[in-house]
Amino acid sequence: MATTADQFQAHTEDHGHHDADHKPAFFARWFMSTNHKDIGTLYLIFAICAGIIGGFISGIMRMELAAPGIQYLGYWVSLMGGEASFDANLHMWNVLITAHGLIMVFFMVMPAMIGGFGNWFVPLMIGAPDMAFPRMNNISFWLTVAGFSSLMFSTFVPGGTGLGAGIGWTAYAPLSTTGSTGPAVDFAIFSLHLAGAASIMGAINFITTIFNMRAPGMTLHKMPLFVWSVLVTAFLLLLALPVLAAAITMLLTDRNFGTTFFDPAGGGDPVLYQHLFWFFGHPEVYIMILPGFGMVSQIVATFSKKPVFGYLGMAYAMVAIGVVGFVVWAHHMYTTGLDVNTKMYFTAATMVIAVPTGVKIFSWIATMWGGSLEFKSPLVWAMGFIFLFTVGGVTGVVLANGGVDDVLHDTYYVVAHFHYVLSMGAVFSLFAGFYYWFPKMSGKMHSEFLSHLHFWVFFVGVNIIFFPQHFLGMDGMPRRIPDYPEAFSYWNNVSSYGYYIMAASMGIFFVNIAYAFIAGKKAGDNPWGEGATTLEWTLSSPPPYHQFETLPVIEDHHDYHDHRPATD
Amino acid sequence: MTNSAISNKNARVGLIAFLGALAMLGLGFAAVPLYQLFCQVTGFGGTTQRASAQQADLAERMAASAGAKQISIRFDGNIASDVPWTFRAEQPTDTVQIGVRDMAFYIAKNNSDVPITGTATFNVEPEQTGKYFNKIQCFCFTEQTLQPGEEVRMPVLYYVDPAIMQDENAKNVEQITLSYTFHKAIEPGS
Repeated sequence: MATTADQFQAHTEDHGHHDADHKPAFFARWFMSTNHKDIGTLYLIFAICAGIIGGFISGIMRMELAAPGIQYLGYWVSLMGGEASFDANLHMWNVLITAHGLIMVFFMVMPAMIGGFGNWFVPLMIGAPDMAFPRMNNISFWLTVAGFSSLMFSTFVPGGTGLGAGIGWTAYAPLSTTGSTGPAVDFAIFSLHLAGAASIMGAINFITTIFNMRAPGMTLHKMPLFVWSVLVTAFLLLLALPVLAAAITMLLTDRNFGTTFFDPAGGGDPVLYQHLFWFFGHPEVYIMILPGFGMVSQIVATFSKKPVFGYLGMAYAMVAIGVVGFVVWAHHMYTTGLDVNTKMYFTAATMVIAVPTGVKIFSWIATMWGGSLEFKSPLVWAMGFIFLFTVGGVTGVVLANGGVDDVLHDTYYVVAHFHYVLSMGAVFSLFAGFYYWFPKMSGKMHSEFLSHLHFWVFFVGVNIIFFPQHFLGMDGMPRRIPDYPEAFSYWNNVSSYGYYIMAASMGIFFVNIAYAFIAGKKAGDNPWGEGATTLEWTLSSPPPYHQFETLPVIEDHHDYHDHRPATD
Repeated sequence: MTNSAISNKNARVGLIAFLGALAMLGLGFAAVPLYQLFCQVTGFGGTTQRASAQQADLAERMAASAGAKQISIRFDGNIASDVPWTFRAEQPTDTVQIGVRDMAFYIAKNNSDVPITGTATFNVEPEQTGKYFNKIQCFCFTEQTLQPGEEVRMPVLYYVDPAIMQDENAKNVEQITLSYTFHKAIEPGS
């Protein structure tokens, strides 16, 4: 039983002995990888690259928005090989917001959270030798890369008014059907197909791994919360992504094969696309944040040196968020003409989600309360997460109101809200997880000073970017526009300065990684001390190429949530 | 447990998960007819209802006994940008007794020199009145072909269901807008 993964990995059969640290040659190791740690590393590198591109695009957007008028779009149109004109410039804007959204959602946050940390640490934390389907794991990664390539390629081919797909990350019909001729939109949709297929396969892999490959004694109720979060996320992926696949397939046939699923001329309805998209899209926002919840739970418990407060409540709060997340989708569509009763239902159902989310926030605080806190970089990032995610959660409750949303829909208030939960919530948890597990993954210690500096500069930067956007939204500035009246210029200018601060903090991040690899101290098995109780800290740093050839046995007195000796 | 037992177990769970994904994919496509059915049944999105002459008689008697009030109907006509027609209501508004049948006319003219077949989509605003707006006869039930230069008067025979007076969300509506948009009829498979 200990060599479950080996049967999928021919190279171990070639040798007469089992060497836990024998690695294949470079090409076979990184391009044909079936090792969950290597694939996790590939996902993390991929996500960082995609994040640099997506972050660079937001830089272009913040530069353009720093002052009223169209300043830089023409330059980028020419650079991409198009001909600058008023229409082409505005189309370029649409291409930028589309690319920024799709890249950050599908090719940065999801690959980092699920593909990166999920692949690396789910098997380690449950005491499994590898994922259940190591080869499918490899397909998932390379399909994600192919999807990203397809999206990048789309920016070089015609998409209607100019080059590239300018349809928003939501790809609403009719803009994405009759509104955008040319192959760019087809490539963008195809990119979603590939990324979606990759994620569905990843979800199947995680579900199977977590259900079947836990070490003896590791019951579901003893699993670390990060594993719980990935399990719930995998179910959300499995149930939500196929609906997106169906919707965008119908977009493709509407575009290319004369069907009229979303075209009223043939009896279709564009609003149906919105229903399908948000039936996927709302669970998607929990897909992006739940693994972050899991990481923050591990980190807060580790650096408080006590088990997480209310373990079962934390696990089932995530389950509840996942379940309720499927029945609130129309709160993205309050302005499509829903009647009062429908709006009332979706308002109430949406607000219900604040309850399990509140359970989590208060449980993290209760974990820290009275804990022996050690302000290492992962905890600082996790506390930043808790604070900023709560800010985003509060504006979320405001927007959940059907009546209020009639005013705020598609304004910068919404932009501020979802960046507080994503580019601060999700990203802070990603950095927290990165600094938490970097010593385990690389075997090197990063600089605590640089990590803290990174935190403070990033914290100041993103808040200067996004907090003023609440004011802009309250004043009625619509989202998705490159130009605006003079009245909005002050806070837009402030917001753009915030971007430069944030960008500088990313420099610190990369210097920190370089420092760790060049001059970082060697990391011990467990650099975080007694609070780090999960199984990955029992292994060397980095862990052996094949771990747990003899499965660890989780004994009853390590009862994860009660933390008291077994009575029997 | 042996390796093959574990891999069988994995294959089973993996297959069940895959079937779950496949079922959701199916549901995604099934949403198209289900959504249409849902709109027709509930009047969601301002989808109007079809009624027979018998139902109309019944509604009229009910309305008479309930002492129905008057309601204003506004008629709106639009054409898709690729249809060279003019299309408008003969009379922009009309005031009718709730429950009583009324006939309105739209005028369509083909301004091009080729015959064009059009089909009209329709709904009402406010959307919560959709389930009370009944059509007995309508030009929108079938495709309409107009010869070059031809002008036609097209009737719609409708009534407002007296049940609207019991609906908290709809009883205070003073005007219902009935809107049509003519599109080119799409040949199947074209």
